[in-house]
Order: sequence, then C-alpha cells, then structure tokens
Amino acid sequence: MKKQRNKNEFLYFALRNVKLLIGFSVILLFLITGLVGPLLAGNEPFAYVNPLGPQPPSAEYWFGTTFFGQDVFSQFAHGLQATFLVGILGGGIGTIIGILIGFVAGYRGGIVDEILNVFTNIVLVIPTLAVLLIIAAYFEVRSIFSESLFIGITAWPWAARAIRAQTFSLRTRDFVDLARMSGMKPLKIIFQEIAPNMMSYLVMTFILQFGGAILNAATLDFIGLGPTNAISLGLMMQHAVNWGALQLGHWWWFIPPGLAITAIVGALYTMNVGLDEVFNPKLRET
Amino acid sequence: MRSYFGRKFLIYGLTFFLAVTIDWMIPRFMPGDPITNMLANFSVSSTNSNAYAEMRAYYTQLFGLDLPLWQQYLNFWKSLFHGDLGISTSQFPTSVAAVLLRAVPYDIFLLVPGILLSWYAGNKFGAFAARSRWLDNTISPLGYILTATPYMWLGILLAWFFGIVLGIFPIAGAYSFNIVKPTLSFSFIRNLLWHWFLPFASLFLVGFGGQAIGMRNLIIYEIEADYSRYLEALGAPTRLIRKYAFRNAILPQITGLALSLGVVVAGALVTEVVFSYPGIGYQLLAAIQGQDYFLIQGCFLFIIIGVLLANFIIDITYIMIDPRTRRGMTGETA
Repeated sequence: MKKQRNKNEFLYFALRNVKLLIGFSVILLFLITGLVGPLLAGNEPFAYVNPLGPQPPSAEYWFGTTFFGQDVFSQFAHGLQATFLVGILGGGIGTIIGILIGFVAGYRGGIVDEILNVFTNIVLVIPTLAVLLIIAAYFEVRSIFSESLFIGITAWPWAARAIRAQTFSLRTRDFVDLARMSGMKPLKIIFQEIAPNMMSYLVMTFILQFGGAILNAATLDFIGLGPTNAISLGLMMQHAVNWGALQLGHWWWFIPPGLAITAIVGALYTMNVGLDEVFNPKLRET
Repeated sequence: MRSYFGRKFLIYGLTFFLAVTIDWMIPRFMPGDPITNMLANFSVSSTNSNAYAEMRAYYTQLFGLDLPLWQQYLNFWKSLFHGDLGISTSQFPTSVAAVLLRAVPYDIFLLVPGILLSWYAGNKFGAFAARSRWLDNTISPLGYILTATPYMWLGILLAWFFGIVLGIFPIAGAYSFNIVKPTLSFSFIRNLLWHWFLPFASLFLVGFGGQAIGMRNLIIYEIEADYSRYLEALGAPTRLIRKYAFRNAILPQITGLALSLGVVVAGALVTEVVFSYPGIGYQLLAAIQGQDYFLIQGCFLFIIIGVLLANFIIDITYIMIDPRTRRGMTGETA
C-alpha cells in the first residue's frame, strides 16, 4: 500500500520535472535514431556508395558523404548504436563493481574497509585513459565488448567511494541494527535493507558511469584504439581529421558525431540533476 | 600532518609500484606477440628467414624475454631507475626517454595554464552563478554542455571555425613549420603563443564548465548550512555569508581538482592529436600507429609520474590552505 503511494509520488514529481523530461527526450531521440537509422540509411557504413566523393547533405545522403563517398548518416546511426552499447555495458560494469566494493567496504568496516579503501584510492589516482591505452595497444583484435569491459573495470573507484560513504552512514541506523539483531545474514541486510534506501543514489551513479563510459570510449576510438572493424562516433571524428575534413570544409563529416556525444552526455547530466530534485524534496523548485 | 603525509605517500608509492608492474606485465601476458608485430613493420620479408630470425633474436634479447620472469621484472625496475626506457623503434635510434623529454615541455606549457586558469575562472563563475535564479539558469546549462563536450570535438570545432573559416589561428604544430630552429626571440615567442592558443582554449573551456558546476553546487549547499543560517539570523550582510561559503567550498574544489586530473590529461592527449601539438599525446599517437611498444610504455609511465607529481603538489597546497590538516584535527582518509 505504502509502496504504491511512493511510486505515484515519484511519477507525479518526475513528470513535472522539466530537466528530467528534456534529458529523457534527448536520450530517447538518439536511441530511436540509433535503432531505426541503420534501416533507413540503406547503405553499409563503410561501403563506397557515392562515386562523387565528398558531397554536402542532400535528399539522398542526409548527412552527406565522406571523402571516399561513404554515407555519413549510415555511419552516424551505426555509431550511435555502438555508443549506447558501450554506455550501458561499460557504465553497467563500472556501477556493479562500484556497488560491490562500496557495499562490502562500508558495511564490513574495519580492516576490510581499510584495504579496499587503499585499493580504491590507488586506482583512483591512476589516469583511466592511460591504463585503457596500454591495454588496448596490445590487443590486436578489439570488440565493443572488450572495450566496454576495460572501461568498466577502470571507472568504478569514485562510485565505490561514494557508495561506501552512504553505506557507512546507513549501517548504524536503527532499522539495520534491528535486522542484524533478528539474525539476518549480512548479504540479505545489504540487499534488502540498505540498497533499497539508496536506490536513487545507485540509479544516479549508473547514469554518471554511463556518460563517463561514452566519453572514454570516444577518446579511445579517436586515438585509434577503439573496436577494430566497427564504426563508432569517435572513429568518425578520427577519419574526418585524418582525411582533411577541416581543411577542405567537410563540416557534415565531423559535426554530427561530436554533437551527438555532447547531446547524449549533456542530457544524461541534466537527467541526473532532475532526478536529484525528484528524489530529494529539499531541492524541488517551488 | 605527519600521518596525513604518510598515508598519502603510501598511496602514491603503491600506485607507482602498481603502474610500473602493469607496464611490465601487459606486453608479456597479453595475447599476441609484440615482437612479431614490430618485425612486420620493418618489412623484413619473411622469405628471408635468416634476417628474420636474427632480428627476432635481437629483439627478444632487447626485451630480455629470454630470461626467467622474475629476472625480467627486476631488470625492468633496474633500467627504470637508470632512466632507461628502451629505444624508440619508430624514431630509431633515439631513446624513448629522449623522445618524451622533448615532448614534456609542450605538455606543461599546455596543461598548467589550462588547469589553473579553468579552475580559477570556473570557481569564480560558479560562485557568481549561485547568486540568482536568472544567472543560475544561464550559467549552469552552459557549464553542463561544456563539461559534456568531448575534448577532441571542441578542438575540432575551434580549429575548423577559427583556423579555417575565419583563418585567424594556425591549426597544426607548436610553431610555424618554416622555423627550423627555435630561438629566444620575440617573434618566435609570439609564433609559439599563436599556435598554443587554440589547444589551450579547448582544454580551458571543458575544464571551466566542470569547475563552474562543482562550485555552484557547493555554494548552494554551504548557503543552506547551519553556520550560514545563523549568520543570516544575526543579520550579517549577504556578502559576508557568501564569502564564508566560498572559503568553505574551495576546499572540496581543491580535492576535486586532484580527482579530475586524469580526465584533463586524457583531454590534453586528444587535443594534441587534433592540433598536431608535439606533446606526449602526439607522440603516443605516432607510437600507436607505428606500433612502437617501448614508446607506448614510456608514455604510460610519464603520464602516471606526471599525475602523481601533480597530486602531490595539490596535497601540499591543501595543507597550506586548510589549517586543520596541519594540526591533525581532521580525520582525512583519502
């Protein structure tokens, strides 16, 4: 009964939060483009379809064609798919590792917490991209999955730290003490008593990890260490720069991929601010 | 203070140890064979099996791959302390250390002003944004858009617009290609700054957005805090309350700067690629394209060392600014 009311209350404020709605709409727009676009484009992303070479956007090629006559819209739509995939997988893996380490460190405390804390801080200091570079450089065949995996296993430290702090403050609350006294197993306490009380926090962590994974993947792809034989938005920008799109003024080649990344990540951040306002009554605008 | 420093040193020491170990481990335990890749580059035809075997033996020995693993690991540390990072294969016979030392000044030239100025301006603007609903509604969205922008895309846009469309700034190199030897003349310095401006601007803008948002959120939080409410109740002028809020908010912003270093460094790498700016990022791209594994490993170590040094400097600054860490009054655990 109470749960039902909470849900309705959440929906009530969520549907009235402009930031959340705008962010969500932008994400949805790009997601649909990524899903439907490849069907509409008709051309394979790497196929040389336009014998005239680079052409500005037209009715036939919506986003124009590259230096080699490849369909930019087709590359864009396929690249969007890759972007969302990396965001979900990489962000998901980062969030899960962060949650596990954060929960264990925060709930157990003591020496376990101490060790995990030192470990978290070490990984936190090492620049993520440097590690990703050196791993990717030695991998001859790279896929979106391996890229997401590596991004996930280097991105978790700040999430673990934040979740640990939250868990730490929750674990001394009365209801957790009560659960412990009634003989509940620690794992059950963590997932039934503590996790639901910081659900909003976990959702927001995932959204930020999602955005971070997209930016990291774009950077790797741009340097040329992205998935081999797969198109991505970062790779489109690399090709554009390498083949003189700037000097030749082929703006339709490099503007769409960067704009999409900026819009998606910006929308994720905006959604996060909106969600924060929905979950935290103190922040709601009156 | 001693325990604060002790803890930090422990973390940094372990980080360095881990980084060097990763650097040593990855080429040896990854699938694939770096030596085969490297030889493929040299166009030593595989039909000439004699030369191929000889080259292979030479590189196996150079890598020290014929020794037992523990010996390889010790040797790696030993040569590291001698400053020996191997020979660059793509820029043979220059040593990796020499290639990187030539590149580092450009990174410092780009990163130090980029980080410091964006931090300063971002904090000022963020605090300013927290003043009114109207300012907040204009500065905050701008901040979010800037911080969501991939560094290379902003770089590409700036290069295209200011370099090609308007033709004001050069878009490649650290100085004009027709200058053979850098000299300490006024015209050379002007040329240098002219080439520096756009890469700097793209680093600055992205950093600025993130810092402004961070400061704005902290100020809002501080203004809601008990001490601010108390001051308000006492009838203190708003300016005074804001001043206290700013001073309290600046501390987490310094910690935040340390945490964002990794992202800024990554940003600098790709910005250098866009502008062909001859820092570590540019060398790294060349190393990847030329499959120059020693150079890739060297870049990795240089980046780690740079970030650790910067972290250390930020720690010292933090201690100078926050008296509580000096007197051991705070349970700082990070």
